[in-house]
Amino acid sequence: MKGSFWIERFTKFFLGFWAVFAGLIFPLVIFLILLYESRLAIQHFGVIKFLTSSAWDPVKQNFGALPMIAGTLISTFIAMLIAAPISIGIAIFITELAPSWMKGVIVSAVELLAAIPSIIYGMWGFLILAQDMRFKVEPLLQKIFAPIPIIGKLFSGTPTGVDVLTTSLVLSIMIIPFMASVVKDAFNLVPSVMKESAYGLGATKWEVIKDVVIPYTSSGIAGGLILSTGRALGETMAVTFLAGNVTHVPTSLFQPFTTITVALANQFTEADTPLYLSSLFYLSLILFVISFALLILAKLMVLRLEKRWKT
Amino acid sequence: MLFVSFLGAVYGLFWLFWILGTLFINGFKYINLQLFLQDSGPPGLNIGGLRQAFVGHFIITVLATLIGVPIGLFAGIYFAEYGRNSRFFQVLRNTTDIMVSTPSIIMGAVMYAILVVPLRHFNALAGSMALAMLMIPVISVTTYEMLKLVPFTLREAAYALGAYKWQIIKDIVLRAAKVGILTGIILGVARISGETAPLLFTSFNNQYLSFDILKPMSSLTVTIFDYAMSPYKYWHNQAWAASFCLTFFILICSLIAKALLHQKSLKLFKKKR
Amino acid sequence: MDAYEVEIKVKNLNFYYGKELALKGINLDVFKNKVTALIGPSGCGKTTFLRCLNRMHDLYVGTRYEGEIIFEGKNILDKSVDLIELRSKIGMVFQKPTPFPMSIFDNVAYGLKLKGVKGKTLKEKVEKALKDAALWDEVKDRLKESAFSLSGGQQQRLCIARAIAVEPKVILFDEPTSALDPISTAKIEDLIVQLKNRVTIVIVTHNMQQAARISDYTAFMYLGELVEVGPTEKIFTNPEKKLTEDYITGRFG
Repeated sequence: MKGSFWIERFTKFFLGFWAVFAGLIFPLVIFLILLYESRLAIQHFGVIKFLTSSAWDPVKQNFGALPMIAGTLISTFIAMLIAAPISIGIAIFITELAPSWMKGVIVSAVELLAAIPSIIYGMWGFLILAQDMRFKVEPLLQKIFAPIPIIGKLFSGTPTGVDVLTTSLVLSIMIIPFMASVVKDAFNLVPSVMKESAYGLGATKWEVIKDVVIPYTSSGIAGGLILSTGRALGETMAVTFLAGNVTHVPTSLFQPFTTITVALANQFTEADTPLYLSSLFYLSLILFVISFALLILAKLMVLRLEKRWKT
Repeated sequence: MLFVSFLGAVYGLFWLFWILGTLFINGFKYINLQLFLQDSGPPGLNIGGLRQAFVGHFIITVLATLIGVPIGLFAGIYFAEYGRNSRFFQVLRNTTDIMVSTPSIIMGAVMYAILVVPLRHFNALAGSMALAMLMIPVISVTTYEMLKLVPFTLREAAYALGAYKWQIIKDIVLRAAKVGILTGIILGVARISGETAPLLFTSFNNQYLSFDILKPMSSLTVTIFDYAMSPYKYWHNQAWAASFCLTFFILICSLIAKALLHQKSLKLFKKKR
Repeated sequence: MDAYEVEIKVKNLNFYYGKELALKGINLDVFKNKVTALIGPSGCGKTTFLRCLNRMHDLYVGTRYEGEIIFEGKNILDKSVDLIELRSKIGMVFQKPTPFPMSIFDNVAYGLKLKGVKGKTLKEKVEKALKDAALWDEVKDRLKESAFSLSGGQQQRLCIARAIAVEPKVILFDEPTSALDPISTAKIEDLIVQLKNRVTIVIVTHNMQQAARISDYTAFMYLGELVEVGPTEKIFTNPEKKLTEDYITGRFG
């Protein structure tokens, strides 16, 4: 069938085109468009000045990204601090400890948490959690920690509920399902024979986890952590509800603040001058570059784990 | 020490129950017929529903799916069937994987520049395209993974009969993987239907029922955002109800996907009698 | 030398996996309408050799052929050969049954549909193939059912029917019964003996008894080389090379 020969050629070209589109043209175009739209702001503010200036004044047309970048990094960091040990704990529980009937329940619960859209986390956090934080939890924390020197500074100021702490807390809840999944998958890569040889030598369950499972999967876990950080960085809706949207670098857990995504979500429709809009695109560019870099790093680490150990 | 990891699981369950519990209680309470039959009312007055939001959300999601799924499929098929030995295409595939986790608001920003500015006003098409930009990597990756699972001997058997590659892909490989690919699509739809950020400044919002994709269109997620941030109790209640519907839809999608996969693995077990 | 017609003539075949020389200087005549068995210990290259005969290695990168394989007057290792055409004349049945995800009828019809056969002719050829594969009676009432509803032995006979349907000149069998139970194995062995009247057969097997039972000629391979080939009875009762004798008597492998 002569026609089939030409269909074969066409198919390869057609599918290949879309593969190149999805894997190369697509991310490249995103980067170029962000870069192009930022050019006005880059010309005006340069790179260093934009990254280190705290001024964000639409009236005076002076824009600096430090509060947003700081807010993004701080909230993500605290969220990871909370989420990482808990996610690893959940992964350990699922793979090593839970009896089989419980395993399914926990896995389903984790999947459920992952499926909830972020706007619902945001809305719930705003209408429900923030209130409890403001009136019950944060005053209590303040009473406990404020007297302690240095650390106490972090707990100063009047609790408002929409602040660094609440945001980081909700962010951590959102990351946990994802991170627990990644770590669980990494744990499942450990061949049973390895664990069995350790048990055979008389190791306890915890020792097997500590000395065999975790070292074996360390780059996978690290990769998962970085991947989750990348995701948390880009989280918008939950943070927009809970951050409070005040453009400054926060000095206490109880202060409202802002992040890159919050600024974008709230101000894109308000930008009334080209420079304002361009500055927002500049922010997007920074966000894109940071998360892309983190995600590449994560991928390299996970690939290293798979290459080493996958049979 | 191990008890601590048990606590971790309890911690997770605690939040899950609190969030879902609140969602169900509040959401269910405020679901009524007018939610689906009436468009939004003026702020402050306790009237109106969310019909235009449901309709708009549906239109935007369907459009995004129609654009994003085919492209994702084509790319995924190439990666799995032609690109497995090529270093270049492996890198491209990994890049697509990375795009899956990229912040969704950036898609909104890009589509703002491409479609909103030239048209001079917000439009649903820009919103759909932003969501399609999210769909493409997701579908591409799941298609690739599912096609990879098809054993190579199946392809060899077809080659041995004298088939071309495109025939093998069409008649055999895609058919063997069709359940997995379908599952990937369902989960992709579930994912983009929960997105808000890409729509915030592309399709924006609209208090009137509209079918014009070149104009702003209401969506469930953006409406939930606007309503929940507003000072009106009536609108808060409607936001809960809408959230409930949205979460319900996403959960149904996940359950269907799971059921499909479960059924497929059952079928494979029944093979050798 | 026998006076039978040569279907495939292999001349000085070398085969490379990347830099590694996997088959060295193979010379073999495959006789028409006879069963030629390839035996030898694991890793001796018998499957590698089999897959050269229908250029299956072309599906993978880094493979290279040297030498000639003459079939229908042409060297099939030549770059200009139409592989699609070649594979409809030299078919293959694999170790594990590989039913396509379609109905029983569509499975057998697949190769025919690729060649453009339709309608009544298609139905007749499918029925004939299923009868030749000794499967027709078992499936004639459920042709529309999925191929997965068949047992392992039936699936393998389905794959054989699928290969026969396109009326090839040669069928290559790669350890076709190693995944099957003894009863299915016996059925397929009977099938192969009957098929040789119509088709030339080359079969790779790690089961010497099977080779002794069903083949007319046996070739013994070791470490990528063809050690000895001859009429089956001679190979098993009076081999010329000591290596062959050692293998046959179970001293290694």
